[in-house]
Amino acid sequence: MAGRATVELAAAAEAGGADLIEVGFPFSDPLADGPVIRRAAEQALAEGMRTAECLQCLRDVHERVSVPLVPMTYSSLLEAYGWERFGADARQAGASSLIVADLPVDVHPELPRVQLVAPTSTDERIALAAAETDGWLYLVTVAGTTGARMELSPALAPLVERTRALTDMPLYAGFGISSPEQAALAAELADGVVVGSAALLAADDGPRALEGFVAQLRAALA
Amino acid sequence: MTARTYGAYGGRYVPETLIPALDELERGWKAATEDPAFRSDLDSLGEHYVGRPSPLYETVRFAPSDRRIVLKREDLNHTGAHKINNALGQILLAARLGKRRIVAETGAGQHGVATATVCARFGLECVVYMGAEDIRRQHPNVERMRLLGAEVRAVEFGTKTLKEATSEAIRDWIANVETTYYLIGSCVGPAPYPSIVRELQAVIGREARAQMLVAYDRLPDAVVACVGGGSNAIGLFAGFLDDAEVRLVGVEAAGAASLGTGRAAVLHGARSSVLADEDGQVLDAHSISAGLDYPGVGPEHAALRDSGRAEYVTATDDEALAAFHRLAETEGILPALEPAHALARALDLDAELVLVGLSGRGDKDLAEVLEH
Repeated sequence: MAGRATVELAAAAEAGGADLIEVGFPFSDPLADGPVIRRAAEQALAEGMRTAECLQCLRDVHERVSVPLVPMTYSSLLEAYGWERFGADARQAGASSLIVADLPVDVHPELPRVQLVAPTSTDERIALAAAETDGWLYLVTVAGTTGARMELSPALAPLVERTRALTDMPLYAGFGISSPEQAALAAELADGVVVGSAALLAADDGPRALEGFVAQLRAALA
Repeated sequence: MTARTYGAYGGRYVPETLIPALDELERGWKAATEDPAFRSDLDSLGEHYVGRPSPLYETVRFAPSDRRIVLKREDLNHTGAHKINNALGQILLAARLGKRRIVAETGAGQHGVATATVCARFGLECVVYMGAEDIRRQHPNVERMRLLGAEVRAVEFGTKTLKEATSEAIRDWIANVETTYYLIGSCVGPAPYPSIVRELQAVIGREARAQMLVAYDRLPDAVVACVGGGSNAIGLFAGFLDDAEVRLVGVEAAGAASLGTGRAAVLHGARSSVLADEDGQVLDAHSISAGLDYPGVGPEHAALRDSGRAEYVTATDDEALAAFHRLAETEGILPALEPAHALARALDLDAELVLVGLSGRGDKDLAEVLEH
């Protein structure tokens, strides 16, 4: 989540072996998020992180790290800022793409972004998302919100199978992946794994803790 | 029938996980509305279970001497508010879709009670999300829901009111979408919900228009209703939208005027007029009435405001309280605090014959009123 500590945390994640970093732009009512990311958003908003500050944070992170950066946010921020302007300014600030958690593929199709598909998605929608997506597809592993789960979702394997049959796009799996063991299992199916809530919890203990956690994930994927 | 947008408002701004469920809902609703059995079940339950049609009642001592004020008595419905109209229709829809578990949000508790009631009637599991602040100020309705067999889950973060309760109900739905029906309480949320709720509440306006013609041989000069999410207002307005000479007046709580002071933003799956800051962050609403304490509003109201077909004004907490006491003392009717806002504006509206949607009764509000 964009905030005061983000530059140091991003550098730590890169040092730990992250290939890509999502930077959350907080929204007051994040429907796709579980308690950890929701609380992080509340805290960021309380610290004054609005769109302009988040874009500046992105710029600062971009100066420090070289991996691709992807802001993750919600429609209301883009509605207020201007849809095209948001996309353009985020890229100008160093974003390689964008994730908008509550923007289905058929709404504002002109905005280039990473599309999400879920276990509930029809084949027709997966094909549409694959055709529209910007670089890779985000596979939501569970019907649910973000946040750690005890085990890897059994819905991931059939989702990967269905999606592979429809597209050659790289598939990164996220939502509910919290441990190196789960990441390793997910990586046997998908081309990459996205870890959010568990990384935020590790980051609560500072950049060194986050670097160590990311390094464990990295090692599990080796 | 199932509009997805109203002018520039409405739509579906939800995580992808929900899109297939919204498609299923839209198909199910279309099939239901085309099925005479659905309509006859709904009408029969409306008559025998809810007590429809609700009466029109012209106030005797409440109205100032220069005007006549007629109340559409949704407060006399089973469970005490208009919310049951929507809950019954949607529970029939849920049953058609084969869902056995129902989730809902509630603010004042009226929608939660209506949902718990129809779940008891149809033997379905019921989970109601309610903000901790609303649980405090609407405690009788919490006890009612529990007696009806519902599980009430307190939402302890953020504003601890309807906004957060709605978010949590939607999150629950995302996580249990295969088995669960989300029974939304107002004409808000992603399409097709605003359209479904409007059609189910339109019975209020249909009845009221016919009753006015029978009783007065004319239509009212103005139709007034309170607006939180806006379901009782849209249901009442629906009967008069095509009567250009009838003024439609929505009354918002002064501290929750999504239409009066809001801006275009995205909340709970739809683009509408929302109390939000310039960055699109949703602001807290403030109202003595838990049912109006919501920073968003149904997208059709935003479109009606923009087109000028309906006008939207506000009433303060004090004005609503004064109207509450006045109706109690002059007519022997305790209104809910929500329609007390509409009553307050009806008193000073420049119109001779005024129809007011009395959307609910005030039993739930006694503690709040006595505190002030």
